[in-house]
Amino acid sequence: MMESNLSKIEPVLDRYAAEPGSLITILQHTQEIYGYIPKDVMYRISERTGITPAEIMGVATFYSQFRLKPIGRYLIMLCQGTACHVNGSEKIAAAITNELGISDGETTDDGLFSLKSVACLGCCSLSPVMMINGETYGRLTPDKAVEILRSLRKESENK
Amino acid sequence: MKIVVGEGSCGIAAGAAKVYSALESALNGVNAELTFTGCNGMCFLEPIVDICDKGNLIKRLVRVTPGDAGKIAAFVNGDGDAVKDLEISDDDKAFLDKQTRIALRHCGVINPEKIEEYTATDGYKALRKVLTSMTPEEVIEVIKTSGLAGRGGAGFPTWFKWNAARQSPGEEKYLICNADEGDPGAFMDRAVIESDPHNLIEGMLIGAYAIGAKEAIVYVRAEYPLAISRLEKAISQAEEAGYLGDSILGSGFNCKMRIKAGAGAFVCGEETALIESLQGERGMPRLKPPFPAASGYWYKPSNINNVETFANVSWIILNGGEAFAAMGTENSKGTKVFALTGKVKKGGLVEIPMGKTLRDVIFDIGGGIKEDKEFKAVQMGGPSGGCIPASLLDTRIDYKELAATGAIMGSGGMVVMDSSTCMVSMARFFLDFTAKESCGKCVHCRIGTKRMLEMLDRIVKGKGKDGDIELLEELCFAVKDGALCGLGQTAPNPVLSTIRYFRDEYEAHINEKRCPAHSCGDLLSYSIDPAACRGCTLCSKKCPVGAISGTVKNPHTIDSEACVKCGSCFNVCKFGAVKVN
Ligand SMILES: Cc1cc2nc3c(=O)[nH]c(=O)nc-3n(C[C@H](O)[C@H](O)[C@H](O)COP(=O)(O)O)c2cc1C
Ligand code: FES
Repeated sequence: MMESNLSKIEPVLDRYAAEPGSLITILQHTQEIYGYIPKDVMYRISERTGITPAEIMGVATFYSQFRLKPIGRYLIMLCQGTACHVNGSEKIAAAITNELGISDGETTDDGLFSLKSVACLGCCSLSPVMMINGETYGRLTPDKAVEILRSLRKESENK
Repeated sequence: MKIVVGEGSCGIAAGAAKVYSALESALNGVNAELTFTGCNGMCFLEPIVDICDKGNLIKRLVRVTPGDAGKIAAFVNGDGDAVKDLEISDDDKAFLDKQTRIALRHCGVINPEKIEEYTATDGYKALRKVLTSMTPEEVIEVIKTSGLAGRGGAGFPTWFKWNAARQSPGEEKYLICNADEGDPGAFMDRAVIESDPHNLIEGMLIGAYAIGAKEAIVYVRAEYPLAISRLEKAISQAEEAGYLGDSILGSGFNCKMRIKAGAGAFVCGEETALIESLQGERGMPRLKPPFPAASGYWYKPSNINNVETFANVSWIILNGGEAFAAMGTENSKGTKVFALTGKVKKGGLVEIPMGKTLRDVIFDIGGGIKEDKEFKAVQMGGPSGGCIPASLLDTRIDYKELAATGAIMGSGGMVVMDSSTCMVSMARFFLDFTAKESCGKCVHCRIGTKRMLEMLDRIVKGKGKDGDIELLEELCFAVKDGALCGLGQTAPNPVLSTIRYFRDEYEAHINEKRCPAHSCGDLLSYSIDPAACRGCTLCSKKCPVGAISGTVKNPHTIDSEACVKCGSCFNVCKFGAVKVN
């Protein structure tokens, strides 16, 4: 297993470890720092808070926001909410899977894209919608979605 | 002049931020102030730019692109015709004119990041009135008179919950705002927080005063980063201005407020699960009673209300409970906000007095169905709600009348469906959602929803059996009875209501292996009629999997093995040559 730089989480633990009820907040910071929740960091959180590793794992797996594996450079959050569903989000999912060869929860081999289905991004009137690294793309068609992915790939190659 | 760009999440997604930066450069050196506002609810026209002069709206421009910035600058410089082609049509204007706005009264009007714009529109006046001239009991009495009921779904009288929390013994009490907005297809609460965060803060403070809480917490969905950041700003502005903290407005009443970001779990919208989550645990509901009013956050008396519920409070205090109760029906008072989406022409936020009909909302305000197709049903209440068919379009917006249809008022999601939506697949969609979101505590909910999903899966794949509908119904009632919390108790609703109104569609899938809406891929086969095909090649270019072959001007063919049944060819063919069976 890769070792994480544990010193990065210490300031968060200094602030929250003694505060009851803050495990979710700590995990949110952890994910912001490392991009996911590494196992060794979980053990460190356990040492500092006194919460057992099993309990931490329980919370981390309960909430869909938390990831236990690193993700690709671009995280595609594809909305599968009701409005997007009615307006054809399944076809967008098929087009993305077809283009990248990954389905929900997977990451491309080159580590560039991860795909995650989410429920409602709150932009239903622009459905179908996806959000990639904080930027929202609305009124998608299968073609438009593929085009966006290709331009992101190009952008990353030029960097 | 003042140029105002609508920057809610949806506006930004439609390109409002790019329009704003383009305007920044275009208006450089021009005598106009550039600012932004939240979401006015006309999501179908986004991005929207308002031009105001001396406080009056003189032009509303819609579907503005960054390229239009020059035109706006020209208008400010005196060319009265420069923005003509961008102006909103009278027909679209009616979308707002037909509404009655209370909870949304500032949305899209003021700058949500400027407390002075809120206070200039009577902001924090209600709080001042409450703290200087009313006892907590009097506040509760006004809310009782207003008839305000919870907007989060269940519609429980707000005054009753406030009173119960007030009466609960103990010094330490909490006021919590439920901004988890879990219904996938609803965005009323997001719009309120992004567009008018101080109104939420003010409503919460009045609630905190009424129940005697010194701490208030807003639990916001993780997927709403912009709402969180605007609310954070608003809280610190309110602290600075003395509306939050110790001895607010010199009254001796202390209250602090903080935000807790959720982590993505639908069940955490349920109030006791939300409390567990606030305490850093897995969001699993508690047994009720005791209700939160007696034992909530950290087992202290707590009161939980929805965002929209709080958004009505300051208006009620300023205008009186009677004014609010004057709107609506016998059972349902005031207004309700709906997030109108799906196959409707004008999708966005609609706030109307209770008592209006579904037809008023969908056809009169929403403009009817996209491409003038046939209306089939409207889904209300999300995963806990149901579908209401065309024959019941004249049902009034009223808690009881909607419940009688098998749907619910819900939190305000209103997803419109046309003839192309398969109702069985819709039921499967919601079951898939609830089965994934079931927290796993109750056997009936955890396993029952899973078994129901498997059956619906079979049915949409053409593998349904005789007796499936009856078995589904039986399971529905078992899950309803056997679940501890609202999630399981209501999860069968989408199935029950579609069986009730669209049983023929279930039967077509099961008996005839046919999907009347032409939506269930496994039951469809696409072919090209060689007599009608002109060989234009459009379909083969559009096919995402290269399943269509043929040469120019010669009839094309579809390889049914490779076909993924996406329907692209059907949609693009100009000659009606693609056939679906
Ligand atoms: C599964 C489930 C999900 C819920 N989700 C929400 C939600 O997202 N937002 C909300 O305000 N209430 C939600 N509720 C209702 C809350 O439990 C609670 O009734 C409400 O927050 C009370 O506020 P109100 O009286 O102002 O409506 C949900 C209930 C259940 C059973
Ligand atoms: S359903 Fe997709 S953004 Fe709301």
